[in-house]
Amino acid sequence: MSRVAEILRTMGARVTNWVWRLGFASRFFWLIIAHSGTSFRRFHLTIREVYFAGVLSLVIILVSGLFVGMVLGLQGYDTLVRYGSSEALGVLVSLSLIRELGPVVAGLLFASRAGSAITAEIGLMKATEQLAAMEMMAVDPIARVVAPRFWAGVISMPLLAALFSAMGVFGGYLVGVRLIGVDEGSFWSQMQAAVDFREDVMNGVAKSVVFGIAITWIAVFEGYDAPPTAEGVSGATTRTVVTSSLAVLALDFVMTALMFRGV
Amino acid sequence: MMSRKELDLWVGVFVAIGIGALLFLSMKVANLSSFSASETYQIKAKFDNIGGLKPRAPVKAAGVVVGRVSDVRFDNETFEAAVTLMVDTRYQFPRDTSAKILTSGLLGEQYIGLSAGGDSVNLKTGDTLKITQSAVVLENLISQFLYSKAADSGTNDNKK
Repeated sequence: MSRVAEILRTMGARVTNWVWRLGFASRFFWLIIAHSGTSFRRFHLTIREVYFAGVLSLVIILVSGLFVGMVLGLQGYDTLVRYGSSEALGVLVSLSLIRELGPVVAGLLFASRAGSAITAEIGLMKATEQLAAMEMMAVDPIARVVAPRFWAGVISMPLLAALFSAMGVFGGYLVGVRLIGVDEGSFWSQMQAAVDFREDVMNGVAKSVVFGIAITWIAVFEGYDAPPTAEGVSGATTRTVVTSSLAVLALDFVMTALMFRGV
Repeated sequence: MMSRKELDLWVGVFVAIGIGALLFLSMKVANLSSFSASETYQIKAKFDNIGGLKPRAPVKAAGVVVGRVSDVRFDNETFEAAVTLMVDTRYQFPRDTSAKILTSGLLGEQYIGLSAGGDSVNLKTGDTLKITQSAVVLENLISQFLYSKAADSGTNDNKK
């Protein structure tokens, strides 16, 4: 009997803890929004973080985008040519990149490249009591440290996703048109006929903005919430990557269901 | 540590190429400049059977895309499919224009083909196309073919 009670107690504690963290995270989100005046008034704080989150992620995003596009070109051609519609390669590459792969893969890469770095930095600042020192000097650490990183992530993510998609389309063009020899005119014209600005491009951008908010929110929260030890920071960094990757995939499913259900 | 100027430069480059990528996606890939941005007017058409026509399918006249299907619904009074078309205002059609549901290629996507009539009054928002032709349903086509084959062989047998 006590065994059962023990199991139930563990389950209860887990659920309570989870709900508590969720509530804390939501309050933290509003706290960031409320304290983000500084990150726009002193915009160089945000610019510095855009450099770390965005510019330094450029190489991995561009290279992965190019390769994902080239692989899509090869695999798509292989399947399409069986149905005699290899000219639709441009449509396949561009729609799959703009609607799904661009925002999602860029989000996953962003979570592991920039999100983990944000968590580790904030967690270490907490562990070495820099945040406490700021509070002692009447500097609000949320306004000075957290909010600029949050906004930098929200600004960088849509740009990175757009770059990923553009590089992917270019990679698909390289493989499809230059390497395999699909007709260049129908590659572009079928793509232009099939891709809609509002339905596809704008929805892709909306996805990447939502992913940017989710990833950086999780990253700054995990960093701020990390236990101030070496173990705590490493655990928080791992949780950032795992949680934000899962959040990107789950949000992507929900947003796709809402956006493209009628098509 | 990097100087502030250098930092600003890199972030500026990043934002510029990011916006460049967005422009590339909207101009070159989605071809925003040619169609989506322009004004449209709505016309309606009723079909007995629309086959696989979907919202956003192209509306073509003489093979040129002049608009898109914006809405497909079932009219419960006439038991027909009511299709709403958004046609670019640059293209005006006579009032007795007819609409057909066509297929691009053998198994390709379906689209609406408009053939202009000879009326001097043009279509305007809210008008309904009077003359429509339904989609060709492959099963009906095959069964027609089989029936006519059967009928043919029946008459041939009689002749013998």
